[in-house]
Amino acid sequence: MVSNASPASLPRPRVPWAVVGVTPFMIFAVLFLILPTLFLVVGAFQDVSGSFTLANLGKLWTPTILSSYWISIKVSVASAVMGAVIGAFIAYAAVSGGLPRWIRPTVMTFSGVASQFAGVPLAFAFLATLGRQGLVTIFLSFLGLNIYAQGFNLLSFWGLTLTYLYFQIPLMVLIVSPAIEGIKKEWREAATILGASNWQYWRHIAGPVLLPSFLGATLLLFANAFGAIATAYALTGSSLNIVTILLYAQIRGDVLHDQNLGYAIAFGMIVITGLSNLCYILLRVRSERWLK
Amino acid sequence: MKSNRLGHWLAILIGTLYFLVPLAATFEFSLRKVRGIYSFEAYRVVLADPQFQASFSFSVALAVVTIVFGMAIIVPMAYFVELRLRKLRPFIEFVTLLPLVVPAIVIVFGYLRLYNSSSLLPLTNSSLGTNFLLICGYVTLALPYMYRSIETGLRSIDVRTLTEAAESLGASSGTIIWRIILPNIRSAMLSGAFLTFAIVIGEFTFASLLNRPAFGPYLQLIGANRAYEPAALAVMAFMITWACMGIIQVVSRNTAAARH
Amino acid sequence: MSFIEISHLKKSFGPNTVVHDFNLSIEKGEFISFLGPSGCGKTTILRMIAGFETASSGSIRVGGAEMTNLPPAKRNVGMVFQAYALFPNLTVAGNIGFGLKIAGKDKGEIDARVAEMLELIKLPELGDRYPYQLSGGQQQRVALARALAIKPQVLLLDEPLSALDAKIRVSLREEIRSLQRELGITTVFVTHDQEEALSISDRIVVMNQGHADQIGTPSEIYNNPATRFVASFVGTLNLLEARVVDPATGRVSIDGQPVVTKRDMSAFGIADEAIVALRPEALILGAGDDDRNTLTGTVEEVAFLGAVIRVRVRLREARVSLDIFNDPTLDLPKIGMAASVSFKKEDLLIIASH
Repeated sequence: MVSNASPASLPRPRVPWAVVGVTPFMIFAVLFLILPTLFLVVGAFQDVSGSFTLANLGKLWTPTILSSYWISIKVSVASAVMGAVIGAFIAYAAVSGGLPRWIRPTVMTFSGVASQFAGVPLAFAFLATLGRQGLVTIFLSFLGLNIYAQGFNLLSFWGLTLTYLYFQIPLMVLIVSPAIEGIKKEWREAATILGASNWQYWRHIAGPVLLPSFLGATLLLFANAFGAIATAYALTGSSLNIVTILLYAQIRGDVLHDQNLGYAIAFGMIVITGLSNLCYILLRVRSERWLK
Repeated sequence: MKSNRLGHWLAILIGTLYFLVPLAATFEFSLRKVRGIYSFEAYRVVLADPQFQASFSFSVALAVVTIVFGMAIIVPMAYFVELRLRKLRPFIEFVTLLPLVVPAIVIVFGYLRLYNSSSLLPLTNSSLGTNFLLICGYVTLALPYMYRSIETGLRSIDVRTLTEAAESLGASSGTIIWRIILPNIRSAMLSGAFLTFAIVIGEFTFASLLNRPAFGPYLQLIGANRAYEPAALAVMAFMITWACMGIIQVVSRNTAAARH
Repeated sequence: MSFIEISHLKKSFGPNTVVHDFNLSIEKGEFISFLGPSGCGKTTILRMIAGFETASSGSIRVGGAEMTNLPPAKRNVGMVFQAYALFPNLTVAGNIGFGLKIAGKDKGEIDARVAEMLELIKLPELGDRYPYQLSGGQQQRVALARALAIKPQVLLLDEPLSALDAKIRVSLREEIRSLQRELGITTVFVTHDQEEALSISDRIVVMNQGHADQIGTPSEIYNNPATRFVASFVGTLNLLEARVVDPATGRVSIDGQPVVTKRDMSAFGIADEAIVALRPEALILGAGDDDRNTLTGTVEEVAFLGAVIRVRVRLREARVSLDIFNDPTLDLPKIGMAASVSFKKEDLLIIASH
């Protein structure tokens, strides 16, 4: 710190520590988060010479690209909805199911682990479980059920969905538990003493109160699955045409022979995950207002 | 009521099975390398592979640098935002959630276009520059988790009062952060650090597209070429995840105990 | 036969018995308070009346009908909870009309009843608001309206005021009492606040460790506490150890100083230990005439509490506190000053020590 020889009448300028402390983060965020994203978004609306065009977005409407989006959306919706339903049941059972007290912290810990166990190793785990030589496959064939003969294939829509469920279910448990904790036991008692049955309590009170959190969490799971690539890539190589794998191939080798089309694909992904996150936030605001 | 509880047990049971069966299957599979008997041969092969050792230690180093770099920019930011710049909070919330909105593959795509050899800041020209880019990518990946745990830590102590108390005793900003704030949010930082470690160690997308010899691409390569070794690697990866989460549990439980 | 008959009620959780052989008759239209510290069993009894807890043994009858094993939904009981427990997803009107909607009443009837209830709780404009838009006091009034809308035969109030600010607490308790009188509804009120119980009730049940220590009107409870627990829980009381000198004439000695009581001492023998009690407001500073007892000591502390000034006087070993009404012309006693305190002979309470 060098203090300038300022006129004695002026106080020495104070170092604005707050600004100094925040600046590195701001520079980082701009350079490595905001600019790269903006670059792609802008690029999606530019042609090779850099002038404005909607042609790139128009080119998304080709069968290969559309179907890759479609498969991605299907896998994400299926794994999000199934994960949300199963996860909500588990969370409810653990938080307010009247089970022994140790159940709840245990479920939360295991969920924390399982929700982070994704990527390439998860693909390996499911190959070892439901692959052609997998333990469950062999076990089922002992019972006379040859799932591969029945048309099951791990390297397919259902295979990927089942695999994604491994992190989607525990993620749901973690996200939705606070909302379930927010359900006061007095609400049930108040409803009961006013004459409501268990079903009427869920239909009129607990269901509507939990719905925004539940939908919000489902949207978050959707975005989570939609942007994932490592598990799918390790599981199926490039045999399953989901949008992240298409973009991966495009980045690696410009398989579409059109750089700006790559930007458009990325832009489309941002729009989809962005919208679902936006809805998630809106729903969360609504449920927090109720539960505060 | 009783039949209800049966349903709850059933939900827990299904969850437990979904959690345990793939693990058991993976472990069983990893033992099958030598035909006819169970052995740890696959583990031995993997651990003896020089490429495994190189890529794994590379990723560990990446994770450590990511944690240090991430903390170095996030902690002061979170502290000053909590202390003086509350107006910035909505913007910070937005930025820290952005990595959950923009998929990793999109971010790395942006990096490749923005920092390639023909750009103003050609980071990908040297392996040092590319490593830096990779670390920046990992910091963005970890940002939501790191920020959230640090913010929670800062909120659980009364930052303003602590700072004012220290200032009234004549401490400088640097002293306050180093001697007062950091020790008080240590467990929050540790939680963030181990979560980051778990995320970074097997990360595939960034490392693969930036062509760095990290553990994630190595895993993928083995997966494409070997039969039993991937299962052994998956078991090991799972144990790393477990260790990180277990440490987080222990750390936060100790803090909770200390507060009571 | 009384409107509510609780007989030989008992409740155990595992090895812990929280309510022992509890008996109580409540008349129709009566306002009864259960007063006691937390864990004394008062809330458990209330919840057994509501049906949320099943009695381990004994019975509860309301209006001659056996209720003990009836599910809560069938009891036609209204209940107000400590933490309001309004349904957050329903408007004020939706909350108040919930019970009627469940009962399958038609919309016109529900709307009319809701409007009537809103009028009753003096919030006629707020039917469209959501609970999170209301203050604590407003929420609790809505909760009261919701409980009353179904025209319950009994109203149960589980510490309904304890989450509120001091001022609102007083005004709402007066409102509850006048509403209760107006509707003539039999009410059971649970509280740990003695002032609340004294001000609002027809009768008070003072609960201690699962027993009713005393059941009586507020003035009986306050002026003639049956046990040491009641005496110490209701009001600020000077509890002193005394030795009986002559039970026939009521002579006892407190801290070595002779006093006389007009209370019945026949249960005691000469030289027995006894616990006696003196209310701060029964004591005055200065020696009294022959009708009064006088104790001497030194002023130890003087605390200004607003309307009253509390003076603590140390006798030899024991201490007594007394209240004098605030009066600006008054000469306050000084700490360290020698002082006499006196009280009427009938104000010396004898607490059976057990």
